[in-house]
Formats: sequence, structure tokens, C-alpha cells
Amino acid sequence: MDLAAVAPEKKLDSTSIDEAIAHLQSEYPDAVSPDDREGYCGVIVERGRLVDIARVIRDDLGFDYLSSATAVDYLGAGDHLEMVYHTYRTSGGPALVFKAQTDRDNAEIPSLVSVWRGADFQEREAWDLMGIHFPGHPNLKRILMWEGFQGHPLRKDWREAYYEEDQKPFDSRWPGGHVHRAEEKNVFGKNVTYPPDIDLGRLMDTSEAAVYQSLGLGVDVERIMDKDGFETNELVVNMGPHHPSTHGVFRMVLTVDGETVTSLEPVMGYLHRNHEKIGERNTYLHNIPFTDRLDYISSMGNNHGYVLAVEQLMSLGRKYNPPTYRCEALRVMMVELSRIVNHLWAIGFWLNDIGAFFTPVLYFVQERERILDFFEAVAGSRMMCNYMRFGGLFGDLPDRLKSVSNLTNDRVRDYNTMQFLTEMINERIPRTIDELERLLTQNEIVIERSVGVGVLTREDAINYSAAGPLLRGSGVAYDIRRAEPYSIYPELDFDVAVEDEGDMYARYRVRVSELRESVRILKQILPRLEATAGESIWADGKPGAYAPRVPHGEAYGRVENGKGELGYYVVSAGGRGGSSNPWRYHVRAPSFINLTPMGIMSRGHKVADVVGILGSIDIVLGETDR
Amino acid sequence: MKLQELNQSEYPVPAELENNIAITSLSQLYNWGRRNSMWPMLFGLACCAIEMIATAASRFDFSRFGFEVMRATPRQADLMIVSGTVTKKMVVPIVRLYNQMPEPKYVLAMGACASGGGPFKEGYNVVSGMDKYLPVDVYVPGCPPTPQALLYGMIALQRKIDGQSIANGDDVPWYGVSSAEPTPVPVLGPDIIDPRQMDMIRRQAEAAAAELPSIGARDLPAATALVAASATADATAVADAPPVDGDALNFVLPTGAAPWAEAEDIREKRRLRALARKALRATRRAVAAEEE
Ligand code: SF4
Repeated sequence: MDLAAVAPEKKLDSTSIDEAIAHLQSEYPDAVSPDDREGYCGVIVERGRLVDIARVIRDDLGFDYLSSATAVDYLGAGDHLEMVYHTYRTSGGPALVFKAQTDRDNAEIPSLVSVWRGADFQEREAWDLMGIHFPGHPNLKRILMWEGFQGHPLRKDWREAYYEEDQKPFDSRWPGGHVHRAEEKNVFGKNVTYPPDIDLGRLMDTSEAAVYQSLGLGVDVERIMDKDGFETNELVVNMGPHHPSTHGVFRMVLTVDGETVTSLEPVMGYLHRNHEKIGERNTYLHNIPFTDRLDYISSMGNNHGYVLAVEQLMSLGRKYNPPTYRCEALRVMMVELSRIVNHLWAIGFWLNDIGAFFTPVLYFVQERERILDFFEAVAGSRMMCNYMRFGGLFGDLPDRLKSVSNLTNDRVRDYNTMQFLTEMINERIPRTIDELERLLTQNEIVIERSVGVGVLTREDAINYSAAGPLLRGSGVAYDIRRAEPYSIYPELDFDVAVEDEGDMYARYRVRVSELRESVRILKQILPRLEATAGESIWADGKPGAYAPRVPHGEAYGRVENGKGELGYYVVSAGGRGGSSNPWRYHVRAPSFINLTPMGIMSRGHKVADVVGILGSIDIVLGETDR
Repeated sequence: MKLQELNQSEYPVPAELENNIAITSLSQLYNWGRRNSMWPMLFGLACCAIEMIATAASRFDFSRFGFEVMRATPRQADLMIVSGTVTKKMVVPIVRLYNQMPEPKYVLAMGACASGGGPFKEGYNVVSGMDKYLPVDVYVPGCPPTPQALLYGMIALQRKIDGQSIANGDDVPWYGVSSAEPTPVPVLGPDIIDPRQMDMIRRQAEAAAAELPSIGARDLPAATALVAASATADATAVADAPPVDGDALNFVLPTGAAPWAEAEDIREKRRLRALARKALRATRRAVAAEEE
């Protein structure tokens, strides 16, 4: 579907961002004011009018897609909490950013779930980690931590048990030069005070009702569980967090009527590793290896989003050189290879979920291994590449590829890099995709299991902030590489894969087309690499600063990752010289937000389909829970 | 076990029976069976799980070493590979799963996270290593460990099993008269609670009720002050001392070690410079604050 075919245009919804802001200001002079802090953009909305104005932004101005909603704690700089919303038009273009502020005590901001369902999990996260209350939210429970946890950990004055200092490097390490184990200072690894009235007995209660009590299932578990009372064939089924088809430690609580799912509640946080809190202690550079561990299938893509965000901030300052052409070409190549890895993995495990246990995976991970060999030889690690830097890369391609783990005397695994790449891109990967299609696309069982299952309509996909193949499988041709292009994508020739049906099969088809498009991009990258051979990957020929100082401001860098839109919201609160640590570091994780419509997609299907639907969304827990 | 090994026992085998009968100890036979049919649990936690899957998949294929298939239920598994970050929220089901595994059972901590918290150790929801709750048999370092490293760790576990003997009751507790005690399952309260610490927590809560200073739990401001104090103490000590500190003076360098000493020297100089810079910045800040 091409972009011109999208609904007839209203006048306001094709205005530029400045015009849109001007419109808002003239319509609501007392509720909307421009955000004129240095390096910030967008508007600040008076929170009492937030819902009305959000409706105007969505309906009149046409910003129908809420990409990210997150909170920032400005302790010491205004002493308020702030919700930041990034909205986009699905027809493409830059973001309209709006914010709402509230006091730190009794923090309260009206919920936007009634406007964008996609705000659901993100507001729950803001409640959980920042302690902002959202009146109007249908199910405001903690989402990453458990109910009953003490405090809201992302607040600036909340300190973790192993807290040492606000920012790294810790003085004791550098320049102090002492390394100690955190346990020596805090033997219990806790920073909690137990209230005098703590009821240990209740905590030990493991009855069914207590287990589901904190979930907000919308059903009366006790009634269902109580066999003697009301006669019913409804049943609560728990799947996970230990379950082979939840792709990690994800948990779903289903209410089923016979075999049919009546409601589904995703429960997450079992892999919540405090990425953002740690990220705010780290220096900017320090965060790159941590981003690898978000979506650990495609670490190159994660690196890319983060460096884009920080580069956006750095470009506000004086001493900044944008990456060279060769650097950009290498970045795109790595990212597209990751996308191939990601989709092969996703399709393989989706087949696992619909019953083809592990055999197809074995075919697809074979090609993945070759790509990982390449990553290992270039970046030093198979999975955690830690490859990109601000304004550059860790290193250029080596002349010859050797498997790092077989360095000595390995004549078998020693290739000329360009030859290896040419072969891989022109022959091996296309061959794998052909094989995959031959086995699956017309496969009767695959079609039977997936056509018409897990349907997400176009309107819902947009309203629920779905991203990536999930969004494009529902007929929305929204790909950030085209909608708000970055790097050298504008000059590359490729199509946005899109399917209209919105079911599991459509998502599979989108992934297969994207595999082909990635190969198409890679084929265009090869001559560019050859043409730039020998050029530096750094603008001034030498690596960038080890600890860059980043100017004051905010930035939202986003990329189209294998799983969908991966965004990084970074706030730098530096003074004149800039800051060396991010003040706020937030990851808009596609795997997390794509789970929001899981409930409506599963309703009415069988339990066995739920597993497949989850597989077709393609989540990875490192990113879901962060 | 190779045929040859089977024949190498302390009992003489008549020549005509060689290669027809084998004499071995019961322990050896028993361990041979166990070590070569270790079924891991199909259980992945985080990034390391991906490498674990790669180890099980076509290229590395741990079935070759007797780890045959991964079983999704703990009741059929001999080995728990803790492949990834153990969070406070997840450790509860993990301990429960461990309790459901039949004896003999083994735990392999795969990667930095499972061994000691790894890169996420300082996180508020992260447990600093699986061994805080379960007995771990083998630790495999790496982030993530390569499939080769994991295989090596698994073979190390096999060697450990080889060393066990059914003659020794400590090696094989699962043959004891009473069944093994299950590991107490932690509880999620205001923070994670190890039931073994219940008494202590009760006392803490009582102390808090009586407004006594709390014991055991960390008092944050005091600890921060402590860290700050020790940092300033360090800084002043270094600033007051002559450029080379005591340790380096006592160290008599052999003449041949010049490059090493040079490197050390440079490091030391950089350290001192950084300290001086830091002190300067601090004074500037203080002055600026005063002016305001
Ligand atoms: S050790 Fe590294 S790779 Fe493994 S789970 Fe931890 S962060 Fe991930």
C-alpha cells in the first residue's frame, strides 16, 4: 500500500510541527506553553487539560501514533516530575512532543489510556518506577516490580542497596584505585526498612487467590476457584514464568472458558534488570555495552539507536563531527545483518510455538551462526557486539576474518572479508530465505494454524502503539527507515513490507519480505564499502573522546529494529561544559509495548493459539523488562 | 568408558576372557551412566540462554556429550543451567523449580550474572549470583560464555561426577535415609525476603516499633557519609604524601623490570593528576557555591 492511499487529508493534519504547535498555542493559550528550556523541544501542557489537548493532537492534528510516554524526575532542577509524550503521524514525519508536569509529592497526571491504548503499560511503568499516579487508568498496578515493593526506584532520591555515588566513575575506583565487593559494605544487599506492622504471615500465603490477587485480572479468582460455590467452567490458567514457549521468563495468566480464552493478563518484570537506573549512573559511553543486552538477538540495532540519540545531543554542542560516510555504510550493514538474524530467529521460534518443535530452528540458526562469526571477527563478540561509538565505530572491517575462538592455526576458517561478505549476501542468505519460503509459505499446516488467528485491526494496531512487523502486518506502512529516515537510508532503494490481514500469517509474510529487503539493502552496501575502502570511520581520523561531554538538552533517537521501533530518550542536564552522565535514560522497548494488544489479540482463541500469537509478536525479555 | 578402561581393573582377567568380560567398580559404572545422560532443564533466563540454545543447536550440539535433550519440566531434569540474570522476582520460581528436581541434581551457573550478578549486579532487582540461594556446582565465566565455554563447563561437571562415589555418603546424599530438605523459597515483601532471615526481620520490625536503631538493615545516609569520608581521607592522604606513596617505595625493583616499572609510573602519575584535577574542581565548586 502506498502512502498516498491513506485516508483523505484534513487540513490541519499535514501541518508542520511548528504550525501544529502554533495552532495549539493559539487555541489553548492558558494551557499550552512552549518548552523553552535550553535544548528542549515541544510544548508543556497544563495537566488539567491534558486529555482534551491529547485528543486534539490525535484527531485534529493527526498525530495518531503515541510512540513513547515516559517520566523524568527533575529533582533539584525545578523539583517536579514530568511525563514526556512523543507522538507521530503514521503518514511519516517528525514528532510532536508534549509534556505534563506535577509535584513530586502526590504526583498525579491524568491517564491518556482513553486516547491512546498504547499508553497503558507505559503509564503503569511510570507509576511503578517513578510513583506517578494516573487517575483514569483502568488497571494501575505495578508492572515491572512486584506489588508491595518499597519505593519507586527511578526517583532520583531512591537509592539501590549497592549505592555508592550518583555517578560513575565512583571516586573509590577512579582515581581512588580501590575495588571492593559491594557485599562487603552491605552484607544483606538490601536498603529496606521493615515497617513495624509487617505481616509476614500474609506474605507467606501461597493460596491460589493470593497468587493472582495482585494482577487485576478483571475476574473474581476466588469465585472461579471456589468449586463448592457458583457452578462454572471458567478456569484460570497460569503460563510461565518458566514455560518453554514464552521466549524467556514471561508470564501470562489466562482465564479460559473451556478451551477458549476469555481474558489474558501479561505479567512481566521477571527479567527487570534496572537498565535505566544503572544507565543513569553510567557515563554515556558506558551505556553502549548495556544496550547490547536489551534485545540480545540484535545488539547492533540497539547500539545504533543509542548512538543516534546521543549524537543528536552532541550535535547541539560545538565540538562534534558527524560520522563519515564509510562509518554510516558499515552501521547500516551491521544493522541489516542483525535484522536478518532477528527475523530468522523469530520465524524459527514462532514455528516452535505452533508445533514444529526445533527442527526448523536448526535450519535457520545455521545461517545465523555465519553472521555471528562475522560479528565476532569484527567486533570481538558473537552476541554482545558493543560496536558503535558516538561519531564512529569500534573499528573498521579487518582484512581477513578469523574466528576469534580458533585463532591459532585455523586455515579452514580464514577468509578474505569482502569475499566472505559477497558470498554471504549474494548466495548464502538468499538461499536460506528461499529454503525457508519453500518449506513454509505454502505449507498447509502453517496456513491452517496462522491464517485468521490473532487478528489485530489497523485501527487497533495504531491505537495500541504496536510497532515493527506487528504494525506492518496490520496494513500500516510505517517503517522508520522511511517515515523519519536516519543514517544513509534515504539513498538506499528498498520497499516497506506491509500486509493487510493483521493475523499471524501476515506477520510471517512481513518478516519474510523484510528478509528479502534487507538482502536488497546489503547488496547496495557492498559497492559502497568497496568505494570507500581505506577511508577513516572517524571524521577527524582518530577515535572520539573517551568520556564525551554532552550538551544540555533532550533527545529521542529511534531506529527500526527487528522487533519494531526502538527509541532512546536521553536527557542531559549538563551545565556549561555539558554532562558526562545522562540525567534520564529511557528505552522505548518495542517488545514491551507490543504486548499491550496481546489481550485483545488472544481473546476468543484457544490456549494453543495464544502461544503462537506471542511468538508472532516476537518479544525478547531483555527488552521487555529491561 | 572405553573398553580398554573397563578391562583395566585390579582383578586379573584370564587372557581368553579378555574383551568378553569387564570388571569395574559399581561407582564407576554408576557414574558412567549418570554423567552421560545428564538432561538439562529447558529453562532460559536472559541473554545467556540464547548462547545455551546455540550450544544445543546444530553447530555445537551438546547431545554429543550426553546432554541428550532438554526437558521442560524440572521433574525430568538432572541439571539446571542458570543461564542469565537472576532477578529478585524470578528467584522465587527458580528455587521452587530446583526443589521440584529429583535428586541427584546439579546446578551450573552460566555467565557473569548467574555467577555473581554480572554487569547488572548493582541493580535493585538483581540477585548477586545464584549461589546466594542454591548450591552451585560449576561456574562458567563470560558475558555470555561462548558455546565452547559452556561445553567446557558441562564437561567439568561430568568430571565432578566421575569423582563421586557411592561408597561415600557425603557424595551421594540422595541415598540417605531421610529425604533432602527443600531449599526455603524466598518471599517477595518490601524487598526480597529469605525465609531463613525471618527471625532477624521480625526483630528489626520490633526494634523499629520500639524506635530503637535498626539492626542489620543498612542505614543509607550514614553509609554514604562513610564512603564520602573515606574518599576524602584517601584524597588528602595522597595529596599530602610525596608524589610516590609508601608501597611503591618499599618495592625494590629489579633492574630488568624497567618497562613494567615505567608503565606503573605512568599509571601512578595519571592517577595523581586526576586526583589533583578532581580536588581542584571540588574547590571551584565550593567557591562557586559560596559566591551564590
Ligand atoms: S552474563 Fe551477560 S550475557 Fe549472560 S545474562 Fe548476564 S548480561 Fe546477559
